[in-house]
Amino acid sequence: MTSACTFVIVGQLDHPIYEADLTGPKEQQAQYLHQFVLHASLDAIDDIMWSTKECHLKTTDRFNNLLVTAYVTPGNSARFLLLHDGRNDENIKSFFTEVYELYLKIMLNPFHGPASKIMNKEFDKKVRTYARKILGL
Amino acid sequence: MAGRPKQALNIVDRPLSKNKLELSTVSVSAFAFLTSEIIQYTMDNASNTTDLDERLDRIGYEVGVRNMELLSFREKVPRRKPEVLDALRFIHSTAWPHMFGKTADDLQQAAAADDEYMISDHDLPTNRYVSVPKSYGSFNPGGLVAGIIRGMLGTAGFPARVSAHFVESRDRPKPTTTFLIKLDTLVMQREALVKQQR
Repeated sequence: MTSACTFVIVGQLDHPIYEADLTGPKEQQAQYLHQFVLHASLDAIDDIMWSTKECHLKTTDRFNNLLVTAYVTPGNSARFLLLHDGRNDENIKSFFTEVYELYLKIMLNPFHGPASKIMNKEFDKKVRTYARKILGL
Repeated sequence: MAGRPKQALNIVDRPLSKNKLELSTVSVSAFAFLTSEIIQYTMDNASNTTDLDERLDRIGYEVGVRNMELLSFREKVPRRKPEVLDALRFIHSTAWPHMFGKTADDLQQAAAADDEYMISDHDLPTNRYVSVPKSYGSFNPGGLVAGIIRGMLGTAGFPARVSAHFVESRDRPKPTTTFLIKLDTLVMQREALVKQQR
């Protein structure tokens, strides 16, 4: 059974530095909708972000039947957003923690600026592998 | 005979250790050498002491950005720093020992303004082996570390202006270096807003 799932990493300057559509092929419209919902949820995340010490922000926003779960890196420099339809919450936590380590290795690169997109193919492969293993997609 | 070429590990595959025992340290002499080369290189390119300060600050900024994330990752329980004080305490007690082997000597809030903070160090390693001639006025090589602090605060969401100053002290032979941290109005507004919501 296919479940809608899009993963986005948003950098400091509020623009996406990495996007991955973790489910199978979908129509164009659904993709645009996902992107829009994720960007709209940034406001909700900003509100919650500054009042808690937690990294995992659970579900921060919802749109129809779609939920947005967020994770903020301990150094406050990036936000991971996952758009999904409400299943496997615990796995999402471990998924975010794994991707955090990958993200850290990428951003330690002195040539990787705050606004650079993550183009590393290995990174992409690993994110999708984790998504398959942990989220069961 | 040509040996088998080693397959370069992609950065994403390299291990990132949290274990304190596996972390390597750098000798003071290597660090002093690097600092002197950095200062000499920026001196050649800078037009005056303000420019020199800005260049050092920029170099330090990049270091600070990465330091913040890396040190937060290495903590036992990764916690975020939603308040300015959290971030400053993190710099004072976690970042300083990581960089210089001991906590910073002082963290105070300026009496006059509530958006100014000061971190002091009595014997900053960058200044230990650098002598500043009179013609450079009040230039402080600690500008490099000021950039590091600015980078750490900036990436954590607390943009600020950080400057390094010498402060003469009666009971110490060498002057103390104090970093004056002036936070942006954006930060103060956000803090006030969050306090209101609570």
